[in-house]
Amino acid sequence: MNLLELRGVSVRYRQPGARELAAVDGVDVAIAEDEMLGLVGESGCGKTTLGRAILRLVPLAAGQVLWRGRRIDALAARDFRPLRRELQCVFQDPHACLDPRMTIAESVAEPLRALARGTTAAARNERALLRLEEVGLAGDLAGRYPHQLSGGQLQRAVIARALIVDPRFVVCDEPVSALDVSVQGQIVSLLERIRMERRLASLFISHNLAVVARLCERVMVMYRGRIVETGTRREIVQVPLHPYTRELLDAVPGIDAGARDRLLLRAAQARPAAVVAAPEVGCSFAARCPHVLPRCRAERPPLRAMASGRSVACHRADEWPAGLPTAAVT
Amino acid sequence: MALLEIRALTVDFAATPPVRAVDGVDLSVAERESVAIVGESGSGKSQLLLACTGLLAANGRATGSVRFDGAELLGPGDRAAGVRGRGIGFVFQDASGSLTPHRRIGDQLAEVACAVRGLATDAARAEARRLLDCVQLADADRRLRQYPHELSGGMRQRVALALAARPRLLFADEPTTALDVTVQAEILALLARVCREFGMALLLVTHDLGVVAALADRIAVMSTGRLVETAAAADFLNGPRHPYSAGLLAAVPTLAGVR
Amino acid sequence: MKRGLWRDAFRELAADRAAMTGVAVLAVLLLAAFAGPALLDYREDEIDWSSIAVAPFAADGHWLGTDRLGRDLLVRTLFGLRVSLAIALAATLVSLVIGVAWGATAGYLRGRTDALMMRFVDVLYALPQVFFVIILTVVFGRGPLTLLVAIGAFGWLTMARIVRGQALSLREREFVEAAIVGGSRTPRIVLRHIIPNLLGPVIVYATLLVPQVILVESFLSFLGIGIQEPLASLGNLIADGAAEMETAPWMLAVPAGCLVLLVFAFNFLGDGLRDALDPRDR
Repeated sequence: MNLLELRGVSVRYRQPGARELAAVDGVDVAIAEDEMLGLVGESGCGKTTLGRAILRLVPLAAGQVLWRGRRIDALAARDFRPLRRELQCVFQDPHACLDPRMTIAESVAEPLRALARGTTAAARNERALLRLEEVGLAGDLAGRYPHQLSGGQLQRAVIARALIVDPRFVVCDEPVSALDVSVQGQIVSLLERIRMERRLASLFISHNLAVVARLCERVMVMYRGRIVETGTRREIVQVPLHPYTRELLDAVPGIDAGARDRLLLRAAQARPAAVVAAPEVGCSFAARCPHVLPRCRAERPPLRAMASGRSVACHRADEWPAGLPTAAVT
Repeated sequence: MALLEIRALTVDFAATPPVRAVDGVDLSVAERESVAIVGESGSGKSQLLLACTGLLAANGRATGSVRFDGAELLGPGDRAAGVRGRGIGFVFQDASGSLTPHRRIGDQLAEVACAVRGLATDAARAEARRLLDCVQLADADRRLRQYPHELSGGMRQRVALALAARPRLLFADEPTTALDVTVQAEILALLARVCREFGMALLLVTHDLGVVAALADRIAVMSTGRLVETAAAADFLNGPRHPYSAGLLAAVPTLAGVR
Repeated sequence: MKRGLWRDAFRELAADRAAMTGVAVLAVLLLAAFAGPALLDYREDEIDWSSIAVAPFAADGHWLGTDRLGRDLLVRTLFGLRVSLAIALAATLVSLVIGVAWGATAGYLRGRTDALMMRFVDVLYALPQVFFVIILTVVFGRGPLTLLVAIGAFGWLTMARIVRGQALSLREREFVEAAIVGGSRTPRIVLRHIIPNLLGPVIVYATLLVPQVILVESFLSFLGIGIQEPLASLGNLIADGAAEMETAPWMLAVPAGCLVLLVFAFNFLGDGLRDALDPRDR
């Protein structure tokens, strides 16, 4: 049985003076015990909304959320609260997600106060210090305020807060994209270590495929509210079947001396991409796709299972069984 | 002689205790050359850029010498004012910061063309249109009539680049950090192309070595206010000499070795 | 645990010369208003038949002169200051409590509750305040308590609006979502996350509300529906003084100067507090 399962989940936002926007549109996800699943896509593709839907920070428009096989999306707030001990979150911007008027230790201990009733303040504080140590934050920082810490230190505190109730599942919503590259590496290593030690299940959301591929065995690619491809990281990185996945791969910056020439070559080939609203029919990637056919604009490709157990939402996926080659001519 | 010559630049901030953000930095940027200053947040790289253009916060003080095309920019009064927007252009991390929220894109571009080049209104409008074409913004005619909030982050960054309007030297402070990876690649390619086509020199500040690999001829690694290594970008990427630089290089996430 | 932030704020405030001047002036005024009359030779309603409407320093013991009934102006001004300050502080406190609770709840809950609560505020806003005060004085009689109720009933409206706006934007902040994910219940989130973070603007507004209330009180007393003779307030002293403006300008100058000093001091303090209370500025 899966630890967490989403079935046909949709989230819609009401826009003033416009039709409802489907931020997430009929998404199915299954996450096993101690699996870290990667979710990649550009900003606005709905990946953050999907994470928020799991945590009940936004209401579902359709679909079901199952926790250990039990539906939890229709629970009353009171009945959902105990589940928060198991479902936690690491947010994107560590500067914004800690209360500026609370010390680090107070913020880290707060979930205990709400979720582990009857603990004493001293016990909570002790546990907070323990978790801070686990994420590599020295005890003397516990009494400081968020504005006195660096981004990397704050993100460690945020991770400590997520871990304080010993959850089974953590949504990691772009936990490193607000940080310096050198600090990103440290936080990714920390998350890797914690996942190993605690056998924690997680949904790891990022726009950077390189970061996701380092942490997650299985990766889902999301575009405009829908999953367009899923597979193991090896499949996604080496045998990408969806043109959007190819684009994401090409976007990961190289750091070798030839990177600049490749970039210039690609820039010379690329046409400026026109921004169009998501079409009512057809493939939502059609406007950007270099491999588009008339059929793509008329008929929406479903997410279909391929022979190897992965899935892809592209009419032409069978035409390139060895994966799409990089767009840049090397 | 180099286009931009920085000699023994030191930036101090009056605070308790006083903060030395930049400590005796020497750096030069030649005509058409692109130089990247790399370092973590707090290494002083952004303050270096601000000091060169007289845009330091009120409690900051820069000493040393910064010469642009032979003219000293530091010193009493705002000597850098004459080159801002003329000889030297800017692109910042957050493009919405350099665009006025309540004015149309076209008006803002035309205003710069009027003020800097002394063009008449009609000519300025045509120039605005041409600048948007230069930065490959699709639907240029519609964009001219739009407001900044109606554009995406990547489009705003293109407009910001158009607003810089082909200076001899472009200052770019983390120009892609706030953007998506796919958009990052587009903006990097655009910057590389624009610099080459218009013969602009580039002084770039970033913490991302991917940006360096994409744009820089030369790299200067900065840590706690000092330069710890300067090298040709190709040499640096093949094997940095300073251990701090090696650490930076190792931290970049790549797809190499995904199994 | 909270000591750190408050201590920092105090240190910053102590370094702000304008704010500290305001504090010093307020301290002197407060001390004078509450301790001063007892130390002087005259009582506020004591009539000195030998010196009627004398100018400042013209008669023995009456440093700032007397009014046309021969009452010592200094004592009456200090006494009026006491009454005005007491009403202002009490009314501000009432506004603070009701306004913050009302606004924070509406802003946090959003939606229909918010709309209902704020429409109620709008309705009260639409009532003419002076008319309301007149009705109150007719029903309950004139006096400080009626005035307090009348001012307090309106003072919290603006406070509630300010607080609601702040709460609405705080509601969207990630640390509130983090608290929800951490299992905190609504009352706790409002008390522990929303209210402490909007205290900065609230305290600033409160320091600006005090002089505003004093002005309203003065205005009502000036119209004759506020504090009544022989009780003094800055308002009715100014009203009396204004009547004698041409013949005895000091009767206007002394209480008016006192009011100006008070309003300035509160405003300086408010500005300094606003700068000092933002933890992100440092």
